[in-house]
Amino acid sequence: MFPFISTLDRKLLRDLWRIKGQAAAIIFVIAAGISLFVMSHGMMVSLDETMRAYYERYRFADMYAPAKRAPDHLIEQLRALPGVNDVEGRISGGGLVALPDVSAPISARVLSFDPEARSPINNVHLSSGRMMSPTRSDEILLLKSFADAQGLEPGDPLSITMNGVRHEFVIAGLVLSPEFIYALPPGDFVPDPGRFAAIWANKETMEAAYDLDGAFNEAILTFAPGANEQFLIDELDRLLAPYGAVGAYARADQISNKFLVEELAQLKTMGRVMPPIFLAVSIFLLNVVITRLVQTEREQIGLIKAFGYSNGDVGWHYLKFVMAIALGGALVGWAGGFWLGRMIGEIYQAYFHFPFLVFVADFSTLGLVLAISAFAAAAGAWFAVRSAINLTPAVAMRPPAPPKFKSGDGFFRAVSRLLDQPSRMILRRLARQPLRAILTTFGIGAAMGLSVMMRFNVNATDYMLDVSFNVIDRSDVLVTFVEPLSDKTILELEGMEGVTLVEAFRSTPVMFRHEREQYLGAITGLPDNPTLNRAVDSNLQDVEVSGDGIVLSEKLAEILGVSVGDVLTVEVREGRRPTLEIPITGLVESLIGTPAYMDMSALNRRLKEPNRVSGAYMKIDWTRRDAVYDRIKAIPLVAGVSLRREAYENFDKMIEEGPGVFRHIMTVFSIVIAAGVVYNSARIAYIERQHDLASLRVLGFTKIETGYVLLGELALLTILALPIGSALGYLIWSYIATAMSTELYQIPTIYKENGLGFAAIIVFLATAVASAFVQNDVSKIEMATALKTRD
Amino acid sequence: MLHSSPSADGRNLAFLTRDLSKVYGEGPAAVHALRGVDLEIPEGELVVLLGPSGSGKSTLLNILGGIDRATSGQAFFLKEELTAMNDRQLTAYRRRHVGFVFQFYNLMPSLTAHENVDLVAEIAPSPMDAIDALDMVGLKNRATHFPSELSGGEQQRVAIARAIAKNPTVLFCDEPTGALDSQTGVSVLKALQDVNTRLGTTTLIITHAAATAAMADRVIHFADGQIREVIVNDHKASPEDISW
Repeated sequence: MFPFISTLDRKLLRDLWRIKGQAAAIIFVIAAGISLFVMSHGMMVSLDETMRAYYERYRFADMYAPAKRAPDHLIEQLRALPGVNDVEGRISGGGLVALPDVSAPISARVLSFDPEARSPINNVHLSSGRMMSPTRSDEILLLKSFADAQGLEPGDPLSITMNGVRHEFVIAGLVLSPEFIYALPPGDFVPDPGRFAAIWANKETMEAAYDLDGAFNEAILTFAPGANEQFLIDELDRLLAPYGAVGAYARADQISNKFLVEELAQLKTMGRVMPPIFLAVSIFLLNVVITRLVQTEREQIGLIKAFGYSNGDVGWHYLKFVMAIALGGALVGWAGGFWLGRMIGEIYQAYFHFPFLVFVADFSTLGLVLAISAFAAAAGAWFAVRSAINLTPAVAMRPPAPPKFKSGDGFFRAVSRLLDQPSRMILRRLARQPLRAILTTFGIGAAMGLSVMMRFNVNATDYMLDVSFNVIDRSDVLVTFVEPLSDKTILELEGMEGVTLVEAFRSTPVMFRHEREQYLGAITGLPDNPTLNRAVDSNLQDVEVSGDGIVLSEKLAEILGVSVGDVLTVEVREGRRPTLEIPITGLVESLIGTPAYMDMSALNRRLKEPNRVSGAYMKIDWTRRDAVYDRIKAIPLVAGVSLRREAYENFDKMIEEGPGVFRHIMTVFSIVIAAGVVYNSARIAYIERQHDLASLRVLGFTKIETGYVLLGELALLTILALPIGSALGYLIWSYIATAMSTELYQIPTIYKENGLGFAAIIVFLATAVASAFVQNDVSKIEMATALKTRD
Repeated sequence: MLHSSPSADGRNLAFLTRDLSKVYGEGPAAVHALRGVDLEIPEGELVVLLGPSGSGKSTLLNILGGIDRATSGQAFFLKEELTAMNDRQLTAYRRRHVGFVFQFYNLMPSLTAHENVDLVAEIAPSPMDAIDALDMVGLKNRATHFPSELSGGEQQRVAIARAIAKNPTVLFCDEPTGALDSQTGVSVLKALQDVNTRLGTTTLIITHAAATAAMADRVIHFADGQIREVIVNDHKASPEDISW
């Protein structure tokens, strides 16, 4: 059969075939750990590269400088600034899109775009249709994610209300843009592709619509090497100040980029933290399982030695035996991880709307995973082989002396008395080899810990969504205005048919400064006793916001290095742009974002803009929502309308399609690991005790009664593993939640019992399936043959 | 030598086989372990099976003991046909009627002598007291010892105690003295003979030691999967008198 290999190697191949079920289970366990590791690594490198390439190829702007109205000739002056590579002045305006089948208003951002420019800053990627014609003022480009969500295609008409005037357009093409990887409606913190349209139109069209003939209201820049960011911000603010500048900001503060970077950072943390834990667990299991597997070969080892093979031969033989399994697992894991990495890369490509995916075939991990698994297997094999080759062949050939047992004393003896003999056998065996029992229990516990952790992860996301949409924000509709309006507008909203409750808020973009730290954010002014949009702390208690002070989220305080009692410098980025000194009166642990709260009237007072509101949260009579939407659409200065229920569903769906896939893969792997461990533990226990089990069958024990002796032990160890698994899951999750918390999302370390229940069910199912397999083995024991072989 | 009627000499037959065959494997590799064995064993006898390795004696014992299945032919225990029983029935048969003693004792290492006996007593319908069973093999004072604390002969006697504790109808012993020195072997054989005389348990013993035949009621010689000869022994010797 194998003429070119030695007899011992032939034995090796046949032995591997003999234990194929077990070998496969081990291979799956190690492959699960490794493929997750390789997958995350490949995915992270690929997404980073893709983002970098996307930004570079489409010349994603390094800086944005919005203003009210700046003359076009200023561009040359901006271009001359040191560190500037290129500048473009464009018109950026808010608008509302009207779709025939959609009653709810849809916010839009309309940008001027030169279809003839060879390589404009913030270029778009034409996904379908064609570029708009420079000579046709009625053609536009539309963001693909919005078109997809609303079922729009090139050639379709589109009505857009700009500056209060309705314009009719035709969609020339659908595009992807590095500027709108995350499409966030104004005032929202969750992307909602169907509720926010990014639109590109010819400059002439935009000049006419926004009354900006010969002018721009936003300069976008790319940097030359060695550009000084802060210097350029200051210069842009200075040069644009006469034209109503509201403050330049760098790419890092561009909203879509900010979300993308955050998301990738979170993904990277998940990819950096979780796979090594999976890998560590699977390596640990590999070690345990290999050790026990080789122990069951003890007699054969003696026999091979009796034939005259040296200790070295025997050691080498078994090393190859375990290496075949471990390296098999590593290769399967690596190939699987490679494939999964590509698959999940493509999923994220769709999720982020990248026009392409730079998939980096990462071979650097191959050597690493091979080395890790080889080492773990070799270490496991070494312990087992060493004790076996220390036996003289004669000892191994003789019937082995019965292993020593003790009755135990005190408690154990008392418990023992209450049990039948098979149960005593189970207890004594565990008591005799506590280390093995502990390792098995720990192995099952570790596998369960992974499931617990994954479940906690899902719980945390659900919790965050629940808190965001059901505790913090309890409105049906969020309306934001283009600029702060008189609070009389609120009366108008309140007077609308179908509106049951209106709660105004004031929000102003600011630059927070404290000593050398700064942060571009916003202050939210809340009315007295808000009910629709509240400030709550991590215990979901209302945050007391009163007086002239400001309450910061702990995350923001941490970034700025401030604490209660400090006075914060706040540069307002709208209106008259005052710089204020505001005392910090409180800190609050928030879950989402880096909010800063003030009492609304106090904020307006400090801004010297009394009775101004930025928008309103509304509760409406759901059956009359169409009427409400129509009325809202008629208000000229509405910048955006967000439907909370849809936002909630969309966000949930989005998470499910993107990060959700990653989580599902990890959950599946945690199940594979749990099943692999339990099956191997059961199989090895079966091999070790085959002889005893056959004896029991001969004595007249039924298959089930015989199976009990074996599976009872497994069940007991599994039960013991539950608290261990819960504790491990708890520990791992605490670590991961801390590691994965970012500026935008603070992962709550909540621990729900259902997470433990879920993991316990998985472990029990794995145990049940493994038990069924082993019970099947027990049923097929050939009593006559089993009794002839001694062990 | 074969009897055509189940009770030729007035006693009931414990076992009866007709054309019993067992083939392991298939085709050219097939091994014929039993080739049409016809056998009758009256109740209460102590029967010794002799023959070289591979002659089929263990196979016969395993089939009669309900731990292996025949390829063809019939085997009866009392009036019940073993060869027609399903797995569950065979388990019940072993549980109710059969005691086994093996060459390597097959004690549960995690149970004491007393508990090893109890293991069987717990599942038997009318067991004897475990201590009484140990007393019969002279090991009452070693009841609380684990197998690892007992000598080979003692372990085998515990195995006998375990086998008889259920008050079995038949006792099967496959090389019970094979792993023991002669002196210890004698004590084991003595225990078996005691059980046979005092309880009337039909006992089948496989052995390589031809001298053991002297203590049997009946000696069956095996060769090449067939019965070569059956000798009825009218002058049974005591195990102590057997020369090894």
